[in-house]
Amino acid sequence: MNLAPNIAVKNTGVKQRKRKFIAYMSQHYLLYIFLILPMAYFFIFKYIPMYGLLIAFKDYNVFQGIWGSPWNNFATFKEIFGMKDFYRAVRNTLLLNALDLIAGFPAPIILAIMLSELKNKTYKKISQTILYLPHFLSWIVIGGIVIQLFSTQTGLINVLLKKMGMGPVEFLSKKNNWLLVYVASGVWQSAGWNAIIYLAAIAGINPELYEAATVDGAGRLRKIWHVTLPCIKPTIIILLILNVGRIAQIGFDRPYAMGNYFVTEVSDVISTFVYRVGLRSGRFSTATAVGFFQSVVGMVFLLTANYIAEKFGEQGIW
Amino acid sequence: MVADTRSKIFDIVLNILIFVAVLVCLIPILHVASISLSSNSAILGGRVYIWPVELNVDSYKVVFADKTMIKSLVFTAQLTIIYTVLSMLMTILAAYPLSKKGLKGRNFFLLIIVFTMYFSGGMIPDYILVKNLGLLNNFWALVLPGLVSAFNMIVLKTFFSTLPESLEESAFIDGASYLTILVRIVLPLSLPVLATLSLFYAVGRWNYFMDALLYITDSKLYPIQLKIYQIIFNNMQPEISAIEGNLSSNLLPESLKAASVMFAIIPIIMIYPWLQKYFISGIMIGAIKG
Repeated sequence: MNLAPNIAVKNTGVKQRKRKFIAYMSQHYLLYIFLILPMAYFFIFKYIPMYGLLIAFKDYNVFQGIWGSPWNNFATFKEIFGMKDFYRAVRNTLLLNALDLIAGFPAPIILAIMLSELKNKTYKKISQTILYLPHFLSWIVIGGIVIQLFSTQTGLINVLLKKMGMGPVEFLSKKNNWLLVYVASGVWQSAGWNAIIYLAAIAGINPELYEAATVDGAGRLRKIWHVTLPCIKPTIIILLILNVGRIAQIGFDRPYAMGNYFVTEVSDVISTFVYRVGLRSGRFSTATAVGFFQSVVGMVFLLTANYIAEKFGEQGIW
Repeated sequence: MVADTRSKIFDIVLNILIFVAVLVCLIPILHVASISLSSNSAILGGRVYIWPVELNVDSYKVVFADKTMIKSLVFTAQLTIIYTVLSMLMTILAAYPLSKKGLKGRNFFLLIIVFTMYFSGGMIPDYILVKNLGLLNNFWALVLPGLVSAFNMIVLKTFFSTLPESLEESAFIDGASYLTILVRIVLPLSLPVLATLSLFYAVGRWNYFMDALLYITDSKLYPIQLKIYQIIFNNMQPEISAIEGNLSSNLLPESLKAASVMFAIIPIIMIYPWLQKYFISGIMIGAIKG
């Protein structure tokens, strides 16, 4: 019984498939029309720049264009691997991200646990509203705030230090102090906001677990340690993996707005380096090669991290 | 009894710690606000903490007298609105077809989009493209290159795919086109997500700075972030008319910079309560997806 139509399909396979396709299209063509503009966007603004990466392998010349410029036999890469500033930018990118991770990763977890333990709902809500606020400020604005706050003469921190009889500390022009300020600004900007995801995880914990712990005579700290933390452990681990995956990538706005002439030694990261070499000095090929290097390394990190996170996700993480 | 007391102590400590965290959040902003509102002698004397000392609004007079500041603010508002509307339109146009599991070629389209989340040409090829398109010093250089966020598109796609199929099916059988279904059925059911994503786009645009730094040299097209960047970091004076000339010469750069920072913060704070509400639901949608 089943064979007959199958044979028919075989005989008229191509024709029927064509007819089927036309029938499918006449019903669903609008969906493809919807996709035209967004796909065109991705093609033009995401894929053409990938083609532009070719200039990393060429001696780019504006007049000859991307295609016409001559290949240079990896000379650009040899050049960047011989640049001291390139290694410095790589090191600083990793350094700043690592410091961010060490200080910035635990902060939202602690904050979320504390917020979830608050009994007064109004107090909790008001606190949350204020704690999320810095997330909505641009890095330019935060850079402006930092300059004011840490100014040696009029800034609040130094005014207070002077009150306590301590000399003005140059927070923004000394390397180590600057690193401290950079990391602190990151925690300040994102700790509250990043706590949201942990708050959601904590809200999803089965209340019976807490009841059982209470019956066993556990105090509140013990409940945090033995119930809350183990329950949000999967969330913590996945976010940690994903954050580690982003360690080779760095935005432009923050290091650019926070950095200054005196601390370039630690503040110049890949993005600011690319900007300086490419757009300030006009060495497009060199800067593109640096960007390409970062893109590739960043992608490898990200894909690895996503893969591991997914593996963990499937296993339900021990 | 012992447990009760311990729990109480725990609560007190907890409340204090949260209060400190909240203060840490607010103090930097309050300090800048205070500097912007205090007299020169108070600022220089190191007497300004987190409230204004010897109230003085001259810095705001200068900032508001600078027509280019106001123009930049209005320009950024227009830019943000146009960008957000177009971004949402494109995001919807991509997310709706891709939410249909039976769509032929769906995985191919998704792959093309998701790949851009992992790999990109980077700053210089982006710049060359914008330049070749003739968009340097053009309004559209601030709109087009970042028009669609792959992440936002996937969030919306995921949301669309959770809507019950039966709703659309019956309309489809009744002869409604996908456009009708999208506009009449799907979008009205997605208003909270749409609001959230719009705000993601809008705040992102409002705060973004790099593209303006790269692509714009014409001061008429300066978004507010670039404008205040120049005042804060390059010590540029606001352009002031002759009458206010005296005012500005007496003004400390500190209070001027502080007022400029406040100038950029105030619009965000004004819409903040509203922002917060939608943003949190948005991060949840993102979380479910991840």
